[in-house]
Formats: sequence, C-alpha cells, structure tokens
Amino acid sequence: MQTTETSTIEQFAAQDYKFGFVTDVEQETFPPGLNEEVIARLSAKKGEPEWMLEWRLKAYRHWLTMEEPTWANVHYAPIDYQAISYYAAPKPKGSGPKSLEEVDPEILKTYEKLGIPLHERAILAGVAVDAVFDSVSVATTFKEKLAEAGIIFCSFSEAIRNHPELVQEYMGSVVPYSDNYFATLNSAVFSDGSFVYVPKGVRCPMELSTYFRINARNSGQFERTLIIADEGAYVSYLEGCTAPMRDENQLHAAVVELVARKDATIKYSTVQNWYPGDENGKGGIYNFVTKRGKCDGANAKISWTQVETGSAITWKYPSVILKGDHSVGEFYSVALTKGYQQADTGTKMIHIGKDTKSTIVSKGISAGHGQNTYRGSVRILKGADNARNFSQCDSMLIGDQCGAHTFPYIDVQNPTARMEHEATTSKIGEDQIFYCNQRGISTEDAVSMIVNGFCKEVFRELPMEFAVEAQKLLAVNLEGSVG
Amino acid sequence: MTGMLEIKNLHASVDGNEILKGIDLTIQPGEVHAIMGPNGSGKSTLARVLAGQEAYEVTAGQVTFEGKDLLEMDPEDRAREGVFMAFQYPVEIPGVGNTYFLKAALNAVRKHRGLQEMDAIEFLKMVRGKMKLVQMDEGLLNRPVNEGFSGGEKKRNEIFHMAVLEPRLCILDETDSGLDIDALRIVADGVNALRAKDRSFLVITHYQRLLNYIVPDYVHVLVDGRFVRSGGKELALELEEKGYSWLEGMAPEHPAAQPVGA
Ligand SMILES: Nc1ncnc2c1ncn2[C@@H]1O[C@H](COP(=O)(O)OP(=O)(O)OP(=O)(O)O)[C@@H](O)[C@H]1O
Ligand SMILES: [Mg+2]
Repeated sequence: MQTTETSTIEQFAAQDYKFGFVTDVEQETFPPGLNEEVIARLSAKKGEPEWMLEWRLKAYRHWLTMEEPTWANVHYAPIDYQAISYYAAPKPKGSGPKSLEEVDPEILKTYEKLGIPLHERAILAGVAVDAVFDSVSVATTFKEKLAEAGIIFCSFSEAIRNHPELVQEYMGSVVPYSDNYFATLNSAVFSDGSFVYVPKGVRCPMELSTYFRINARNSGQFERTLIIADEGAYVSYLEGCTAPMRDENQLHAAVVELVARKDATIKYSTVQNWYPGDENGKGGIYNFVTKRGKCDGANAKISWTQVETGSAITWKYPSVILKGDHSVGEFYSVALTKGYQQADTGTKMIHIGKDTKSTIVSKGISAGHGQNTYRGSVRILKGADNARNFSQCDSMLIGDQCGAHTFPYIDVQNPTARMEHEATTSKIGEDQIFYCNQRGISTEDAVSMIVNGFCKEVFRELPMEFAVEAQKLLAVNLEGSVG
Repeated sequence: MTGMLEIKNLHASVDGNEILKGIDLTIQPGEVHAIMGPNGSGKSTLARVLAGQEAYEVTAGQVTFEGKDLLEMDPEDRAREGVFMAFQYPVEIPGVGNTYFLKAALNAVRKHRGLQEMDAIEFLKMVRGKMKLVQMDEGLLNRPVNEGFSGGEKKRNEIFHMAVLEPRLCILDETDSGLDIDALRIVADGVNALRAKDRSFLVITHYQRLLNYIVPDYVHVLVDGRFVRSGGKELALELEEKGYSWLEGMAPEHPAAQPVGA
C-alpha cells in the first residue's frame, strides 16, 4: 500500500514537472488552467476509478464544442475559464482566517442579526477550527441513525468510491453530461458534493442537510449532488444556509440531480445567500446552476422550494420531468434582487406521463437596481393525457429603478391539458407603508412585513426553522432599500 | 393650562396647492371634538397632517401634542406617542395577518413607552377582550389586514386597532360612512367605551346621526381650509337643518366661497 501511494505521488510529481505545473504541496491548489491533463490529475488526486475519469473527459471534450449561452436576461463580463484553478480542496487548516477578528465585520454583523450562535459563525466564515463543537456529535448520532434505516448520506467522492454501482446507474441520468454549457463544465471538473440514497419504502427520519455534513465544507465551486429516493421512499433535503458564505470563488456551476422512483417523494429546499457584491455591483458570485428531478415511476413527487437572496447573478431553473403517470412536480420560489443583483430563474415542467400535475409559484422581489426575471416553461407532450399545470408569477417592485420581467413559455401537444396561469406585478405602496407607520411600525419593519406577506405561499413550503430563518434573511437583506 | 393637542395657524399644501389655510384648535384631555364640512374642504388633510403623511407639506404654523412638537416627529413616533388615526379608506396589506400586524404594532408602541413586549398568550387574551368591545368577527383576526374586508368591516377593524393600541388622541376620519345602522351603533358604543379622562377624540363626520351616539363637546365647521364656525353639539343639528351653504359665505377672502350671483 505504502509503496503504491508513494509511487503514485512521484508519478504525478513527474507529470507536473513535464507539463510545466508547479506543485505546492502545502496549498493543494492547482495553478489556473483547464485541459485534459488537469482533469486527469484532478481525478487522480481524488483517487477516482477509470470510469469516472472517462466520464469527465467525455464531458470536457463535448464542452469544447459548446458555446456559452447568452439567452438569459443577465449581463456580465466574459469569464476566463483558463484563469480558474480547478482543484483547491481540501483546504489545509490555516488557509482561511485564523479567527473571527479577521472576518469582514459586515458579514459578522449579518450573522448576529440572523441570530447564529457564535461557534457556527466561525464555521460559516471559514475560520479554521479543530473541533466543531456540538456539530461533531450531532453529525455522528445523525449518521448512526441514518445507517440504521439503510440510508446512504455521504460526499459525492465517497459515493464514487463506496457505491460505484449507484453512481454509475444514476449520475447523468437526469442531467446528461452534454446538457448545457455549465452542466457540462461541471461534469468535467466537479469537485465534490452530496450523495443520498433512500432505499425502498424508507421514510428518512430527519431533514438531511449539507450543513451537518462537516466533511463537505468548502466543497467548492463545481458542486455535484445526486439524490435517489427508491420506490415508496421519502426524503427532505435542505441545501445551504441562510448566512452569507465566505467564498473566494466567483463562478459557481453546480449540478443537482434528483430521481424519485414509483410512489417516492423528494422535497428539496434551498436558501441561497452567497455574496452579492458590494453596493456598486463589484464582486459577487455568479451562481449558474442546473437542477433537475425526474419522477421516474407512477405517483412520484418532486418539490423544489428555493429562496434566492444572494449572488451577483443567479441563473437557475430547477425542473421536473414528469415521466411516471400521476406524478407531481412543484416549484416554489422567492428571488430577491437588490443593489445591482440580477436573477434569471424559474422552472421547467415536462409532462410525459398521464394525469401528471405541476404547480409553479414564483415570487420575484426587486429593489434598488435589481433585475429579476422569471423564465418558466411548461411542456405537455403528446402522451400526457389530462395533464394539469397551475402557474402563478408575482413580482413586487420596491423603488423605481429596479425591474421585473416574466417569460412564460408554454408548449401543449395534448388537447386534454388544463393550464392556468396568473401573473401580477405590484409595488409596495406608500399608503401601505404609511398605514403601518401610523400604527407605530417603522418603515423598515413595514417593508419586511409586506414582503414576507407577499412570499407567504412559498415560505409555507419550507421546513419550519428554515422558514423562520428565511424571513429573517429577507428582512436583513431589505434593510435600507426604502426611504 | 395647555391642551393635549394645540394647533396654531396651521397651513398645509399638497403638490403646491394650499389646502389648510390657517387652522387653530386646542383639545383638552378627555374632550371630544367633531369636525364637519363639505367634501374637499380639507378634513382628511388635517387628519393626515396630524398623523404625519409625507405628501403634505406644512408651510406655516405649529402643532404640539402633550407639549412636544408633533410636526418634528416621524409618523411612527407620533403613533407611539399616542396619536391614532382611523383611516377614511384603510389599505389592504395582502399576506400579513391582522393579529400578526397588531402584535407588531402594539409591541412597537410598548417598546417606545419602556414596557416589555407582550407574549403571544397574553396578547391573544387581551385581543379577545377588545374584539368583544367592537363585536368583531373572530374570522377577521386571522385574515390578512383589510384584505377583502367589506367597507364596514374595514371601519370596524380600525376601531378594533384603536382599542388594542390604547392611544391618547384618536382621530376618526369618517368612520361612520359605509356603516349600516347596527354597525354604526356598535362602533359608537366601542368609541364611548374608550372614552376616558386622559383620552381625546377628533371625530370627522358628515352626519349628525353619529353625533347622537358619540356626543361631542365641540363641533367645528371646516370650509375651504378654515374653521368658519365652532360651537357646542347643537351646531351639528343646526348644520343639518340649514346645510353648508348657510356657512359658506363666512369663509373670508375667498371668491369661490361667495354665494353665486352675489
Ligand atoms: N394628494 C393630493 N393631490 C392633490 N390634491 C389633493 C391631494 N390630497 C387632497 N387633495 C385635495 O385637497 C382637497 C381636500 O381634500 P380632503 O381629502 O382633505 O377633503 P375632505 O374634507 O376630507 O373631503 P371628503 O369629505 O370628501 O372626505 C381636495 O380638493 C382634494 O382634491
Ligand atoms: Mg375626507
């Protein structure tokens, strides 16, 4: 064993030299650049089997033939893909801030307002901590409990090593490696992410959340998640965290694939609060995500709920392929843009099976110079008898320099389909704010109250504690946007 | 003795048009004052200026409330100090529960007065009591503020808010309009139950009928931005009999107020 490892390292050290790379053993970071050798080294570093590398390379070669999409209603300077480092994990201790004193005070202030306990603030801010206090024990008891139920919940890398048959069967089955520019890039260079498998008939006894899976901290900009609920299984998954995450990466191109088999249900909730850039629109994360679920069996159900308040640019359309008869797809979304943030988000519901049903509720809020676009597509294919869709897209404007845009695309190929679409645009009225003021409520509280009221139908879909945090988050993000 | 509310030579305009043209009014603690006057004479404007609506610009005059300069304060601070206005047209706030809203309002007021926030159980108990006072339907408590309320329900909800917030100065802007006879009586009974020696009322109305239920100490008639007549409760009866035209000629220095053909 020892010898093999050593020789592998030597081999790569030699390769590095050959291709002109500088290996900084301490930092564990590749120099910027992307080519097949980089992908091979990345895969080797992670100790991946041959088939994984093959898949990555296939994706990479395809990516080279693709063009970056320009159809979204977002504007940004071109991304230089050769300027990105494609391997920077795992971060050694000491690379982040040494203590909370080194973290941006603005971020800390936000943590405080959100009521996040001190030791969690340190974790979120990326402070190198040896012991993770309570979370370690929480995570351990948590893992034991899940294992008892036969549930697999681990990092994507672990899944490749320990459950190759599941990964090979399902990876790319919902979002093919060739799907779109960013998903293809992700397929070539993904760093890590989460893997969940819930066996037949098992109801996952708790909400699963990346937050507790400590080993996946800093899993990087090309995250990949795969969740499989086998026949009759149920799982609710929470992604992200309401606190602003410290992150040096500008581009995030994640892929999430969900597979719900017959009678299974997957509920996937996201609260995204990445760094949005400063008040002048400088910096901030580009969040280009491909999320898709497949109802692969009768009566399967997939429900996406998202609260998007962060990132400079958000480009994501959590979608559902309704293949099984009687399957159900849902999309509940709140997207807030302020400052110079841009969001182009929505969903795709693809009805294939009979008696399939989809619900779309989208709430876009724009403040400052924020631009908010809803882009949704509902397709009813020929065989989808009696398909039903209900879509509701509401926009709220705060101030008069922001914008809201709605692009609903509808493609109905079966005459038995029933479609309902509602759309509204409203402004927070001065008279509403004055009414609140007249009852003693400050303008800031009035705005957050009115916005929260506007988002109620979506928050209702979030797990309880998450909903409370999401409300606080909106309030914090709206501070100073009126008056 | 200085009054609870003292208005001196108040002038106010909106979009450059002068609406209030010199108002003087003193209200002592415990008094009920009624303001009557034709449409567009400035009654709601006076109420909104007192409540602090931004669109109205005060161009001259002073207003003190319990000795403090009212015009200096933000609208929410006026409310917290104890100025309440029941709106002529209460707005709807979709998605925000009536109870939730009121609890936020009450706690903001309490905080300002150095009192502890009220917890949910205590609050609900108190609210139930106040609901009885205005005979409000429990269903309206859990619905979003004013959303889809009938005209009368909105008015009743305003009085309900007033009962919960226990203000010192209550301004009622045509709370009686849109109420059926029974509702009028219920609202008036609610107001009367709130009458206290340290609480004053400024009641704006077009109908003397309301003043049979809420008996005022003084009646003022506002015509074209000025009080043209003040008196006791009999003045309302006299007005009803003779109509505003009887008084319109009394608004000085304004040609439009002269009787036609004079
Ligand atoms: N925002 C505004 N912009 C322009 N004019 C206004 C505005 N608000 C009030 N006014 C004008 O001021 C005048 C007084 O209005 P106000 O609402 O105070 O009358 P009122 O006495 O309450 O009448 P009513 O009995 O019909 O309720 C009216 O001529 C009205 O058109
Ligand atoms: Mg009026």
